[in-house]
Amino acid sequence: MKSYSFEDIKRIDYSKYAPLFALVILIILSALASEHFLKFRNITNILRQVSYTGTIALGMTFVIVAAGIDLSVGSMVALVGVLAIYLMNYLGTSVFAVVAAVFVAILVGSLCGAVNGLIVTRGKITSFIATLATMSIFRSLTLYVSEAGEVISHNDIYPEIGGGYFLNIPYPVLIFLGLAVFFHFLLNNTAFGRHVCAVGANRQVAIYSAIKVRWVTFMTFVISGFTVGVTAILLSSRLNSVSPGDAGIFYELDAIAAVVIGGTPLAGGKGTIWGTVIGAIILGIINNMLNMLGVSPYLQGTVKGLIILIAVLAQYKSN
Amino acid sequence: MAHHTDALLSIKRINKEFSGVLVLNDINVDINGGEVFGILGENGAGKSTLLKIICGVYTPTSGTITLKGTPVSITSPMKAKRLGISMIPQEFNLIPTLTVFENIFLGSEIKNGALLNKKAMREKTSSLLAELKTELSPDALIVNLSVAEKQMVEIAKALVHESDILIMDEPTTVLTSVEIAVLFDLIARLKEKNVTILFISHKLNEVKNICDRILVLRDGDQISVNDIDEVDEQDMARKMVGRELSQVFPDKSVPEDEEVLRVENLSDLKLLKNISFSLNKGELLGFSGLIGAGRTELAECIMGLRPRSSGDIFVKGEQAQIDSPLDALDYKLAYLSEDRKGKGLLMSFGIPENISLISLAKYTNLFINKKKVQQSTDGYIEKFDIKAASLKAELDYFSGGNQQKVYLSKWMDTDPSILVLDEPTRGIDVNAKREIYHFINSLVTQGVSCILISSELEELIGLCTRILVMREGRITAEMTGEHINEEEIMFSAAGVKDMNQTTKEETSEIL
Ligand SMILES: Nc1ncnc2c1ncn2[C@@H]1O[C@H](COP(=O)(O)OP(=O)(O)OP(=O)(O)O)[C@@H](O)[C@H]1O
Ligand SMILES: [Mg+2]
Repeated sequence: MKSYSFEDIKRIDYSKYAPLFALVILIILSALASEHFLKFRNITNILRQVSYTGTIALGMTFVIVAAGIDLSVGSMVALVGVLAIYLMNYLGTSVFAVVAAVFVAILVGSLCGAVNGLIVTRGKITSFIATLATMSIFRSLTLYVSEAGEVISHNDIYPEIGGGYFLNIPYPVLIFLGLAVFFHFLLNNTAFGRHVCAVGANRQVAIYSAIKVRWVTFMTFVISGFTVGVTAILLSSRLNSVSPGDAGIFYELDAIAAVVIGGTPLAGGKGTIWGTVIGAIILGIINNMLNMLGVSPYLQGTVKGLIILIAVLAQYKSN
Repeated sequence: MAHHTDALLSIKRINKEFSGVLVLNDINVDINGGEVFGILGENGAGKSTLLKIICGVYTPTSGTITLKGTPVSITSPMKAKRLGISMIPQEFNLIPTLTVFENIFLGSEIKNGALLNKKAMREKTSSLLAELKTELSPDALIVNLSVAEKQMVEIAKALVHESDILIMDEPTTVLTSVEIAVLFDLIARLKEKNVTILFISHKLNEVKNICDRILVLRDGDQISVNDIDEVDEQDMARKMVGRELSQVFPDKSVPEDEEVLRVENLSDLKLLKNISFSLNKGELLGFSGLIGAGRTELAECIMGLRPRSSGDIFVKGEQAQIDSPLDALDYKLAYLSEDRKGKGLLMSFGIPENISLISLAKYTNLFINKKKVQQSTDGYIEKFDIKAASLKAELDYFSGGNQQKVYLSKWMDTDPSILVLDEPTRGIDVNAKREIYHFINSLVTQGVSCILISSELEELIGLCTRILVMREGRITAEMTGEHINEEEIMFSAAGVKDMNQTTKEETSEIL
């Protein structure tokens, strides 16, 4: 009875590669709409824009595949950014200060993620509520620590991270894509990644299959926090400052949108990192095109919203 | 049946393809009003698919269905209900976070204007449950029910519509003899009201007992339609499998003297009270009892899935600290749950991902070696003869019996030395059952120790060298060798002989 028919192929491949098709179509349309679109400089600019929320979306993918959600990432960016710059300014203008700041940013991000993870796994509070609360807490702590004023770095080396290039490609883009490769293998090829999928697909089955469900759930939040730490560095070094009230605003929405457009169902259980990368790039291209075409910035949110709806509808149809 | 006029339901030239694979090939049957019509076949033969076509879950690729003389196209379960057809599905279709009565009336709520009439729904639910002799509250949450209780809710849910045609896809697999008797009583009463029942079961004695006629399917082909008097169980099996079935139960092997598992005075927070027993190397120990006797709870306690309030577990003579399934795995314990879909398998995953889920470490060094996983998966597919339209598909698309084989493979891949099997042949056809019996027996002869929890007495008696009977969280009887006796088991399970001196003595002997 073994046989793979045309219909089989259609069923599996369509839903899996839908984001890729959407990206290709979008690139063709954009190239037709604007001659500037395909210029190297424009492409790297889009990718740089994408890399901030894109990096967070990588971590968010793990959380969502495990059937959770992390709403606190935006506030966390601000908190981590502010703390990192404070530390760096305290340590002076040396390279060491920068290295220490990067290290601490990633550490603090992961710790904030761990706090989320503990509330969810030990406190048994659903991730939506838990991270809604920490979203508010992280933002308020940021404002308190900085007294709501802009925090500016005094280190000349620091901006090099967010603004520098290697082979004409901005560092943030390289870091984003590098992390994507790493997380792709983590999700797809390791026991941990498989366990994340299992926990999201059916918690009960995961428990009966001797999987450390709590630990796995906890770790997805730590990963999310880790990616926030990275983004906080990329963003604050690019701007050489953090404004505690605005930094990271709506990042959680962009990150979740990228994950969903990339084909990961919000219900969890499965998902791909490359889908998320494509989802993030789709969002970036749309922003870019709307700017180039002179569409009012106020309308851009509408377009983004529609794209998310279409992506989710497409998933529904294919299931 | 002497002078039936036209058939109630007439199925003509039905074909069904899934992604190009033909799973039903030219089915033609006429079903009469008020008869119990059995459908038999091996796992994956197409029984559920045929019934799902009749109740509007699937549409046939070609063919016609005629109801009371008029051709109908049954495009959805809603439409089927309007035509007077309802179904008790093979897989549970209940919403875990809702209560019993909310599930029973899901989609057909009784309303008082715009508001729900909860009182009426509760009352109706109570009377249905009373008819099923089930002591379940209409307000119990589905999540908290055992599989047998869920099954009873499914039955009640189908009864609420008072349909002319009631489809039952393996309703008895998770029930014990007591509930089955209740169900059969009900079927007899429905039959008197001229309700037609389509009935699938792998238990051939049941089919022989309650069906008027039977249809046998094999690999999607219609093999025969017979009056029940024309065939015996042997014939049925032969028709299903396509050849003579040899010895169903293997010869019992003799356990060794070495003790591998001892449970002492185990109690849990709710049900279990001072359970003590031991298991030897290469022994096949059976657990019998009614629903709610605590057999599953006991297994879950041993596996670290359920908190214990007291008691000790010794594995190979050493006290074992088992607080989680992971600990149990370290002691090479394995537990095949009775709830395949809820606790056993990831239905949205494929076969290799499921089979390797527990034993993943074996295939991993930094990265999962997917090729190796596929190889061992292929081994199990061959060993258990796992069949599906597409072996690459997610388990959702597999027939129930084939899912069960995947589940067994999943635990076998952990290479256990103590195997607890909770209803392992649930939904498995006669031939596969026989294979699994022989397989369990070969494990036991190789020195694996096995605990078999089963509601099928025949299975326990045919396989086990020793049987413990449980009732209300206690062990009430122990029988060994030729002392194993069906009646005795039933009495001890139901508690009829509780006051009886011999049972008391036996009990104290065990404790
Ligand atoms: N939705 C589906 N998509 C693809 N294939 C399917 C689907 N449903 C069933 N099949 C295939 O159709 C065949 C018949 O399945 P069906 O569920 O009818 O078997 P069955 O006779 O009820 O078996 P069992 O006794 O195990 O329940 C199987 O090969 C199964 O894999
Ligand atoms: Mg079936």
